[in-house]
Amino acid sequence: MKKRDFILIGAVLAVALLCWLIPRGLGIFAGEDASQVRITVAGEEYGTYSLSEDQTIEINDTNVCEIQNGEVNMTEADCPDQLCIHQGPIHIQGETIVCLPNRVVLEITGMDTEEQLDGVVQ
Amino acid sequence: MKKTAYMGLFAAVAIIFGYVESLLPVFAGIPGIKLGLANLVTVFILYTYSFREAAAISLIRILVIGFMFGNLFSILFSLAGAALSLACMTLAKKYLGLSVTGVSILGGVTHNLGQIVVAVLVVENVNLFYYFPALLIAGLITGFLIGILSGEILKRTPGRKLV
Repeated sequence: MKKRDFILIGAVLAVALLCWLIPRGLGIFAGEDASQVRITVAGEEYGTYSLSEDQTIEINDTNVCEIQNGEVNMTEADCPDQLCIHQGPIHIQGETIVCLPNRVVLEITGMDTEEQLDGVVQ
Repeated sequence: MKKTAYMGLFAAVAIIFGYVESLLPVFAGIPGIKLGLANLVTVFILYTYSFREAAAISLIRILVIGFMFGNLFSILFSLAGAALSLACMTLAKKYLGLSVTGVSILGGVTHNLGQIVVAVLVVENVNLFYYFPALLIAGLITGFLIGILSGEILKRTPGRKLV
């Protein structure tokens, strides 16, 4: 390994650290336990559901996700790779489960949009 | 003729690596992290032959693995990562004065960058970048391991004298 390799390693670590710190500094991805899961399909919002209520949600006949014990898990997908099923449950704000073939995203959000907007006005 | 035979051999090795990799479990928690064993072949060919041969072998490997074990999405996804990673490794090898390890690290990191960008475009949800720092570190570690391996293999093989 040369000196330049170590510079590259340092640069990658610095970028990773910045990309980790900046969203947290701005309050996005706070890293706390959050209360809701927002489901989007191809960028369009499908619905937002509370994590405190155990329920099963069907998403457009392609996916099924389950909310249990404050966590959300993808339980069914009609795609061949099943990566989203294997990922396991999520509950921390900013975490996502993605079903790429069906363009489905489950993401954990803190509060609903209106509450967040109220916070900005204050 | 001899080169064609070697290219076939390398393609076979790359496909086997890709297959072995598909048998290993996906690291739970963070989607999309894997070792990238097949990149060992790409790095090796980039150093013993050139960009053209490395690109050809990568393309063959991605198509064969994709049709055997994946789907159209996994092929597109692999192509995005491989194309960006190979382009960056070729440029880095030429202009940045890095060792094999450094080139391979850059390959690993840019591979993951290419894939997360494609994922964001496909699902049209920019919040996937939540995993970006983890994917950078993962690319760094896997690129480092593959780079060390490639370096050791290059040291012990006749290299360019193969052709």
